[in-house]
Amino acid sequence: MAGISTTLSAPLPNYLEAKPGILSWVTTTDHKRIALLYLGGMSFFFFFAMSLAVTFRLELLFPGMQFLSHDIYNRLLTLHGVVMIFLFIIPGIPAVFGNFFLPILIGAHDVAFPRLNLLSWYCYMAGAALAVVSILSGGGPDTGWTFYVPYSVKTGQNVFWPILAAFILGWSSILTGLNFVTTVHRLRDKAMGWFQMPLFVWSLYATGWVQIIATPVVGITLVMVLLERFFGIPIFDPARGGDPLLYEHLFWIYSHPAVYIMILPAMGVVSEIIPTFSRKHIFGYKFIAYSSVAIAAIGSLVWAHHMFTSGMSDIARIVFSFLTFLVAVPSAVKVFNWIATMYKGAIRLDPPMIWALMFIVLFSIGGLTGMIVASLSLDVHLHDTSFVVAHFHYTMFGGTAVIFIAALHYWWPKMFGRMYRVRPAKQAVWLFFIGFNMTYMPLFIAGAFGMPRRYADYLPEYTVFHQLSTIGSWVMVAALLLAFYNLVHSLFRGERAPEDPWGGATLEWRTPTPPPVLNFTGAPDLSRGPYEYPEDVAQ
Amino acid sequence: MTESQATMTAEPVHAADHVDHYDPLGAKIGMWLFLFTEVLLFGAMFIAFAVYLRQYRIEFMGGSRELDRYLGLLNTAVLLTSSLTMAFAVAAMARGQTRRAIGALAATLLFGAVFLVVKAREWGYKFSHGIYPQSETMLDRPVGEQVFYGLYFAMTGLHALHVIIGMAIIVSAAALILRRRIRPDRHIYLENTGLYWHLVDIIWIFLFPLFYLIG
Repeated sequence: MAGISTTLSAPLPNYLEAKPGILSWVTTTDHKRIALLYLGGMSFFFFFAMSLAVTFRLELLFPGMQFLSHDIYNRLLTLHGVVMIFLFIIPGIPAVFGNFFLPILIGAHDVAFPRLNLLSWYCYMAGAALAVVSILSGGGPDTGWTFYVPYSVKTGQNVFWPILAAFILGWSSILTGLNFVTTVHRLRDKAMGWFQMPLFVWSLYATGWVQIIATPVVGITLVMVLLERFFGIPIFDPARGGDPLLYEHLFWIYSHPAVYIMILPAMGVVSEIIPTFSRKHIFGYKFIAYSSVAIAAIGSLVWAHHMFTSGMSDIARIVFSFLTFLVAVPSAVKVFNWIATMYKGAIRLDPPMIWALMFIVLFSIGGLTGMIVASLSLDVHLHDTSFVVAHFHYTMFGGTAVIFIAALHYWWPKMFGRMYRVRPAKQAVWLFFIGFNMTYMPLFIAGAFGMPRRYADYLPEYTVFHQLSTIGSWVMVAALLLAFYNLVHSLFRGERAPEDPWGGATLEWRTPTPPPVLNFTGAPDLSRGPYEYPEDVAQ
Repeated sequence: MTESQATMTAEPVHAADHVDHYDPLGAKIGMWLFLFTEVLLFGAMFIAFAVYLRQYRIEFMGGSRELDRYLGLLNTAVLLTSSLTMAFAVAAMARGQTRRAIGALAATLLFGAVFLVVKAREWGYKFSHGIYPQSETMLDRPVGEQVFYGLYFAMTGLHALHVIIGMAIIVSAAALILRRRIRPDRHIYLENTGLYWHLVDIIWIFLFPLFYLIG
């Protein structure tokens, strides 16, 4: 494969201007345009789910019920979880930044199956529509995003739509994963070996495998819930001879690996941002690459740590606790390698870098509190308290969502050809840092004192924690609005971005901004490795 | 680069103006990954079966004895033969024998239809004896048997759905052959159709002994 054989003297039209019209966008098979379609959908659902959370957080400002009923509170909570998890965090980074940059980073013109890629987006939008319709249909689901049986079989609320939505979204996720794995195998430039791939590609590759392996299991499990609910086929309901614990196993066999679907691509993005802004070769390339695969592998074997209080045998609990501790090892390998990369680097604190540094802090807090809940004895106390809520918001929100925003700031100039203003972007980071910690740090403490999660009401002793948390949520929302306003503003008023605003070394920085339809103007230039910077004195 | 040159090589080839490349190995990798997800899809149900088989051993054996194992055996033979004709179709296409390929696909469709008819007869027979989820007859029975029949209807039903989808894909493959979109030098679509059909077959190979032969 020699890239495009024809050499053109006139500049190629960029992918944004190549074909005008809405129709050309919704029928496109260009991976870059599909990425933007995802970005549009995802931004909408992110703010939608965030506003749900702000609403029920406001309800928690005082003990007792203020303006929501218990039922509405449960439904808001469920929809917040379903939308954030299935529509934002799981597809987030792979669908947007993976789609846009995976082919470019390996010197390809597109993904292996471009039409399948578009189908994934339609699956995503169809699932999204169903999930949102479910709340508007009156009897919105109140089961929590986990759809635990027997309640999900018995509740009078509508669980059909959100479960169908999760099933369809699962297929969207599988098709994307399958597409990426095949792309890395088949379309990688001949001159690029496995260990010359950028680490973001490694993380997407590992994620693709987790998507393929884990998602079908939850898909069929949710179908079994529907079969039980609508045809009375006894599978999980204990009243009919079923085993609800089996549901929990099958659910978490997917849904725990799913958290690695969420976090692995984020770690990949960090492995791109840190060397670029440190002007230094990534430290321990192979360790980071293998640790992605190790996290994917070990992470598939830890699911039952969600069920320490569900009535499993002691041996099962000890094994799953041990495996959970084990998964911290490759995660820590990555954190140490990022820090070692920065050591003696020429660090530039541009907005993407500050977001990435904040990720390291927040994710470390999330990861280390994960070790606390992985301990059997402590988990009995902390299970189903707001400690767990704080833990997974530190990893998922402070981890994945923060890196989603970091990636937006890193690649925005390349994607849209416009540079945003740096000052407000930096202000947003610090405001977010304050708001985030104010929102979730009190929940750790309240949880350790016994505040249960998911409750619409609480005892007066917990008032101060909830009030701090609610006020923090306002600060955080202000920061997010500022960051997104600044980005959108740049589309209209921003200066034209240069080809390589950050001095990055990967292939996307050596193609025009925004990229042409087939990504490169000639054969991709692979003379330089992905982390070789001219300023790097260590080389 | 001409079409035929592009198809001779196993390497992905890009046309200059749009990204339409023919990469049979890539397509096959994608198909295998997809089949892998299908195996896992059924895998979750097999796990459920294994758990309840251990819990309700006697009831499962009793339920199994009530199924007609001769019809099950017949269907196994029908489906295995259909896999053979499917393989004939792919082999014929690769050698350029288009008419034979179409004939073999038609035979595969016929066997698929026979399988579905036999399956429908079995289900209908059970229904007529009041054996279906939540029926009065069913609710009078021990819970273990209710679970057995629940899984029986769910798993053979899902499998039958896959047979129907597989037949639809075979029809589409036949149409593509007639329109010369599938050609001897460009027949990965047919090969992937075959892979899907064999998967449907293999799943039945596991369903048959688990439901019909444990009694």
